[in-house]
Amino acid sequence: MKHLLGCEGMSAEEALNLLDTAAEFSALAGRKVPKLPTLRGVSVANLFFEDSTRTRLSFESAAKKLSADVITFTGQGSSLSKGESLKDTAQTIEAMGTHIIVVRHSSSGAAWRLAHSGWLHSSVINAGDGTHEHPTQALLDAFTLRGRLHGDGAIGKDLSGVSVVIVGDIAHSRVARSNVHLLTTLGATVTLVAPKTLTPSEVEQWPVRHTTSFDEALAEHPQAVMMLRVQNERMKGSHFPSPREYIAHYGLSVQRFRKLPESTLIMHPGPINRGVEIFSIAADSPQSTILEQVTNGVWVRMAALYAVHGQEGS
Amino acid sequence: MSDVLIRGAQLLGASEGDLGIRDGVFVPADDIHAGAKKTRVVDASGLVALPGLVDLHTHLRQPGMDHAETVLSGSRAAAAGGFTAVFAMANTQPVADSVGITDLVYRLGREAGYVDVRPIGAVTKGLAGEELAGIAGMANGRAAVRVFSDDGHCVSDSLVMRRALEYVSTFGGVIAQHAQDPQLTEGSQINEGALSSRLGLTGWPAVAEEAIIARDILLAEYTGARLHICHLSTRGSVQIVRDAKARGARVTAEVTPHHLLLTEDLTAGYDPLFKVNPPLRSDDDVLAVREGVADGTIDIVATDHAPHPSESKDCAFGEAAFGMLGLETALSVIQHSLVDSGLIDWSRVATILSSTPAQIGQLAGYDAPLQVGSPAHLTLVDPTASHTGEMRYTASSNNPYLGRSLPGRVMHTFYSGRATVIDGDVVEPDVVGGES
Repeated sequence: MKHLLGCEGMSAEEALNLLDTAAEFSALAGRKVPKLPTLRGVSVANLFFEDSTRTRLSFESAAKKLSADVITFTGQGSSLSKGESLKDTAQTIEAMGTHIIVVRHSSSGAAWRLAHSGWLHSSVINAGDGTHEHPTQALLDAFTLRGRLHGDGAIGKDLSGVSVVIVGDIAHSRVARSNVHLLTTLGATVTLVAPKTLTPSEVEQWPVRHTTSFDEALAEHPQAVMMLRVQNERMKGSHFPSPREYIAHYGLSVQRFRKLPESTLIMHPGPINRGVEIFSIAADSPQSTILEQVTNGVWVRMAALYAVHGQEGS
Repeated sequence: MSDVLIRGAQLLGASEGDLGIRDGVFVPADDIHAGAKKTRVVDASGLVALPGLVDLHTHLRQPGMDHAETVLSGSRAAAAGGFTAVFAMANTQPVADSVGITDLVYRLGREAGYVDVRPIGAVTKGLAGEELAGIAGMANGRAAVRVFSDDGHCVSDSLVMRRALEYVSTFGGVIAQHAQDPQLTEGSQINEGALSSRLGLTGWPAVAEEAIIARDILLAEYTGARLHICHLSTRGSVQIVRDAKARGARVTAEVTPHHLLLTEDLTAGYDPLFKVNPPLRSDDDVLAVREGVADGTIDIVATDHAPHPSESKDCAFGEAAFGMLGLETALSVIQHSLVDSGLIDWSRVATILSSTPAQIGQLAGYDAPLQVGSPAHLTLVDPTASHTGEMRYTASSNNPYLGRSLPGRVMHTFYSGRATVIDGDVVEPDVVGGES
């Protein structure tokens, strides 16, 4: 693929290819020198107009494990504060000789604009655009789910018959959007849980079930529960009266956790708000995949870089 | 000024006839001698003769944003589109909230000489929605402002709106409201619905327009003032206005060409060319506004021609400016969406694009179109021509129609008897001869 912009429209075949490639890369974990020469001479630029330390480090780590050269640009204290535009910044960085541009931006569609406006020759990987998509996050979530459910036999398998509940600020979540597309493409059943104020409009048209009751969704014993972070300002009356009320209805609390079977996976894209959307007993339990997701993020991003490399300028 | 004889035009799209122009007014065609040296004869066979078009909603950007448009470039674009009068919105820099600015814009229009440029005054100082602007001064200035609008911003405070309606009516003016509840549209980018939800762009819900329209109609009825609603865009808005008119409320409404034709799906590729306020809506809304024009609920079409420099569009969607061009293509879009579709005939086009906007804006000379004795404001359009949305005269390039097949072409425009467009080309400034 030339670009990786989102999970919407991605075919099951493309998705499985990425997951299987990531699985191959994950074999590096046990090696003394966890590094491949695959992208030697390839230059990767991380353009983080909106900073996100974990995603940026994950992409840097992925590129370095493939022996690519990496340069990183972050929004704070840069030319952005002097009014330079998305277009000019991207073209300036590309002029330094990049092949792949990884972009994170607060404006939905920014990665799409970079890829489709004739501004650049580079391949573009979306590392999160506004409230639109965050495809590598969804890929690492699918990878993690598949790995936990199928173990060593995961390669080639999709997520047919798997049920996943996603809880929290669905309306403003790029993680939720990418996961809805990817998980359903891979055959999973997705249930979204949120109060009406955090439910996207026309959610009825999404290929998912949706409910306002977390307890109802949990009563069906899903294989995985994915908790989303809720921004503090949304809990101070704008979308929810108080954190206490949010926790009572939508938090993975001690009581809710204790009712879950041990087989239910607990996922979170991080960073987590302990004691708000998730309590430590759940976050630190053996069924939590939170740190595994971080590790898998590197394999998946290696697969993404590998998938788009060599396509620039075409 | 030479005499003009227009031969064989379809007058208001109906019967074929000749038109004579002398000293800036229509005279009987028989009074003009075709063979005389000083007579210009225009073969108008196959062309539809319309009165000069009047745009109640234009952004000419001068003063302050001359890199996007000037009164001169915008006037030329207007002439190319068949217009002989445009009302220039107040959101310039500085804002047209005092007589100094409105009279300046008026004078620039006279100097350009292509169309009658009628400045619109701001309702509130600096468009801030708080204190009333210098309304009486603007009304009593040379420009004799009669339309007041904070367009681009909504007069959202109910008390300010009430006072504005009352105060403006003191001077026989009208408020043209940009109906947008600011709280309901915080950060909004495109129409709220399945698409905004999928694209992750903040939605601009229909109710944010409809709630203000409903409130303002009630305030207008209560105060007895006249109200004009700018660029109405939703089915719900059409119904609210329809009901209000049935009660006898003194309300008029406009729709833009783009809301008659373009739909929200165009924003799916995050191209800011299609970012406009109010946003492009659904197919059903487009149907509803067309029906609204056809049944008279919507009184006029006005362009909301909004030039922007390319820097304001060559960026991420969320960072781009709202607005699209429209003067040069308005008539084509109307022909396509309303005339060719059989909803209205050319004489209704003359009403919604000339006599009624002139009446709302209290502009004289447009009440007896093409009639002997009326000022010779005339547009001759070839309805059989077609083009692909090119715009040649505006100083900006945020054209949403480029590449789209559209019918009709303005071949000649006469403003007070003077040709501003000949054979499809706008005449040069020294030919049109504005005031110096």
